[in-house]
Amino acid sequence: MSKSSLKQTLKDLDTKKISIRELNQDYLKRVKENENLNVFIHFSEENVLKQIDNLENDNSAKKLKGIPIAIKDLFCTKSMPTTAASKILENFNPTYESFITQKLLDEGSIFVGKTNLDEFAMGSATNTSFFGNTINPLSKENEPLAPGGSSGGSAAAVAADLCLGATGTDTGGSIRQPASFCGVVGIKPTYGLCSRWGIAAFASSLDQAGIFSHNVEDASILLQSIAGFDQRDSTSAKVDIPNYFENLDDDLNGKTVGIPKEYSIDGTPMEISQIWEDAIKVLEKKGVKIKNISLPHTKYALPTYYIIAPAEASSNLARYDGVKYGFRSEEIDSLDEMYENTRAQGFGREVKRRILIGTYVLSAGYYDAYYLKAQKVRKLIADDFNKAFKECDFIVTPTAPSAAFPLNEKQNDPIKMYLNDVFTVPASLAGLPGISIPFGKDKNNLPLGIQILGKHFDEQQVFNAAVSLERSYE
Amino acid sequence: MNDLIKGKKYDWEMVIGLEIHAQVKSNSKLFSSSSTKFGSSPNSQVSLVDAAMPGMLPVINKYCVEQAVKTGVGLNAKINNYSVFDRKNYFYADLPQGYQISQYKYPIVGEGKVTIDFKDGTSKDIRIVRLHLEQDAGKSLHDQNPSKTYVDLNRSGVALMEIVSEPDIRTPDEAGMYISKIRSILMYLDTCDGNMQEGSLRADVNISVRKPGDEYGTRCEIKNLNSIKFIKQAINYEAKRQIEILESGGSIEQNTMLFNTSTGKTRPMRNKEEAHDYRYFPDPDLLPLEISKEEIGKIKSSIPELPDELKNKFIETYKLSNYDASVLTAEKQTSDYFNETINSDPELKNHAKIVVNWITSELFSLLNKNNQDLNNSPVSPENLGQLIKLISTNEISGKIAKDVLEDMFSSGKTARQIVDEKGLQQVTDQGEIAKVIDEVIAENPKMVEQYLAGKDKLLGFFVGQAMKLTKGKANPKMLNDILKQKLNKKN
Repeated sequence: MSKSSLKQTLKDLDTKKISIRELNQDYLKRVKENENLNVFIHFSEENVLKQIDNLENDNSAKKLKGIPIAIKDLFCTKSMPTTAASKILENFNPTYESFITQKLLDEGSIFVGKTNLDEFAMGSATNTSFFGNTINPLSKENEPLAPGGSSGGSAAAVAADLCLGATGTDTGGSIRQPASFCGVVGIKPTYGLCSRWGIAAFASSLDQAGIFSHNVEDASILLQSIAGFDQRDSTSAKVDIPNYFENLDDDLNGKTVGIPKEYSIDGTPMEISQIWEDAIKVLEKKGVKIKNISLPHTKYALPTYYIIAPAEASSNLARYDGVKYGFRSEEIDSLDEMYENTRAQGFGREVKRRILIGTYVLSAGYYDAYYLKAQKVRKLIADDFNKAFKECDFIVTPTAPSAAFPLNEKQNDPIKMYLNDVFTVPASLAGLPGISIPFGKDKNNLPLGIQILGKHFDEQQVFNAAVSLERSYE
Repeated sequence: MNDLIKGKKYDWEMVIGLEIHAQVKSNSKLFSSSSTKFGSSPNSQVSLVDAAMPGMLPVINKYCVEQAVKTGVGLNAKINNYSVFDRKNYFYADLPQGYQISQYKYPIVGEGKVTIDFKDGTSKDIRIVRLHLEQDAGKSLHDQNPSKTYVDLNRSGVALMEIVSEPDIRTPDEAGMYISKIRSILMYLDTCDGNMQEGSLRADVNISVRKPGDEYGTRCEIKNLNSIKFIKQAINYEAKRQIEILESGGSIEQNTMLFNTSTGKTRPMRNKEEAHDYRYFPDPDLLPLEISKEEIGKIKSSIPELPDELKNKFIETYKLSNYDASVLTAEKQTSDYFNETINSDPELKNHAKIVVNWITSELFSLLNKNNQDLNNSPVSPENLGQLIKLISTNEISGKIAKDVLEDMFSSGKTARQIVDEKGLQQVTDQGEIAKVIDEVIAENPKMVEQYLAGKDKLLGFFVGQAMKLTKGKANPKMLNDILKQKLNKKN
């Protein structure tokens, strides 16, 4: 599959080698050909054509003018419904545009559609969606594979070349893991770099928007467009956003990479250990100093995450009560029954499971033992990274413990599913930036991902290391 | 003072603590820019944040934080440099987020105290535990439709200060005085409009009873009282209810009660077992609130004179009693009015007590009768000052002055105008008064006889007759003196 890059496409548009209409019709055609993948919850050709019309009448210069972008259906959009892949928000039409999608619109991009995800971003296979599974475009016939999750629709949209980039959100690995499964680039920036305003919340202290793209250069261009301070999000950071693309530098000579020993986990497939070693060798050749580091609290990251994220979710999702908007059960005899039936019928199993876990860990008598302790461990995990980053410039690990697995494999074993996040969750808890890039294949020729973690707001270093690895691999 | 109340068997002491919810005076809500105007049409002041739309985030309104700090200073309380907003989780139709943003472990204001003053000149400190900021909920409207409940979110997200007292209050009167004092401080600070009818100030009352010297008893909490009258009624009813149970051998269940304003009774809303588990946890959408010493200092320096300072100043400057001074300073508009009146003429400073009386009894009763407020009094402080000057210089009598004040109140004229137009100047000419007295004595020989026979009370009759003839204008003291002189001469 030869896919044109965003960088090249911008050039082609600029030199009139191709028109906005031609470009997008090409993508529209592929979207329609790939309907079986169930990538989009909402797709309307008419809507895309309307956007093309508008841009053709717009003479102003815009950075992403005419570029087809897919939007995870967790971002509220005025021109398309927003469901969070939940029955409880079926037919919900926001009257407002999320901060990030507004930025993309302001830069002239075209929204192809709203991509599928795990319901309220809770899952690792895009199989908890009320609108059905998304199929990994790399699946062989009759052997459907999971695209990863929760942003599986966006990862698949890029992998199937249905767009030149896509937005995602990452709470514990929801961008990096599907990027790895689908063989694309996915970056989760530092917590606070991109505003959460207008993104349906899962776990507020962890949720962070990011980008999927065909390559690192494209990711650097797109992240530049969505980053920035927003006064409507109190956790949004007031930091200068460098020009990531202009500053890209694949010369890593003299840098130090940290290799955390705790990420060598028993039972990790050989191929995963192999690509990790390969990556380290490549870096070594480029003059990067290899530093073995220790992140001693890594093993507590997963249980910590699965306390904090559900706790916040149980509260964040309380607003879906059938009173104001969204789904309301028709079997109502009292206010309590309205809540019970609306939420019982409106939420899927995984969402309900996490609301129950979250409610439990915040309850009187359990709060100290679970939530409070998890917060303390979270601090220790963040301290581990702070210490490690005194000795290295970036950290390299595998992204996920496996390649894409068959669609229905872990459906009935939530714990097994949660283990997918083992390499991605620690950085989420610490609020650090992380990117996953395709690096090597497994024995079935499925892509595997390498994760690069950086210091807070040091996305540039992450991009530099990523582009360097990417170029050496190509 | 004996604060005990009698049961059938024992004497009991009430132990009362108040949680006051005061709406922060601010044009916009605690976490959104919607207006807080009272009485707007339902759901006309609701932002996306107030309605808890997906992806909406709270942003703290700095002005509300300043107002809370100001209030904390006014309550002589510790201002915390670090405080945290927590989510209090529960489901209700008028709570759009499914949680209320409040402060739990780390409130913005810590321990403080306020002083209440009694008529007998004594006073008492009530300790404050804390003050924290929180969001108000919306309003459920049950009376619009027989089978439906509607929700009005105008109030949703409005900033409240919850002020929690220690259980230092011992009588319903003290409770009333405490809330009046808090209200007064808030209004001086301009941090709450103090309007209890509109719900800007409401209170939850915690009450238990005990035999003097015993440990605290089990308490009940009466929710959401919005007038001082109801607070006192509710406390009285609830204390009696608890005493009856205890004296008949029962025990008090720790209940949350509702007060029925038409029956004057309390009834249980929920018991301890049914109490919500609010699952408080720090709101991850908001950073901890940090206020620097400099910011606190800046706010402190902007604070106006508070009732207690003003009270002490009045006592010192004008030699007023503690009680008079506390009545004058209870409301800012009263102390402002007093200040303007007494400063309208240098002479009046020597007659401060008269000024107090004319404001707090004569003018107040006229305002009450006409359902008017001191703020829009038809009699200006200068005009009242002029009237009092006329009294103090003996130009008119106090009695005439009351009529003049009524006239001023309805016509808007000045005291001088009215006195001149109606010729109400006091008669202070000895000869003229003596002439009238002679007339009265001459016309009532029988009465004179009876008086001289020892019926002293008749003096009032002669005074009345003479006043009638002078149309009330005779100087009362002169009239009295001359009358006595003349009658005694007859002897």
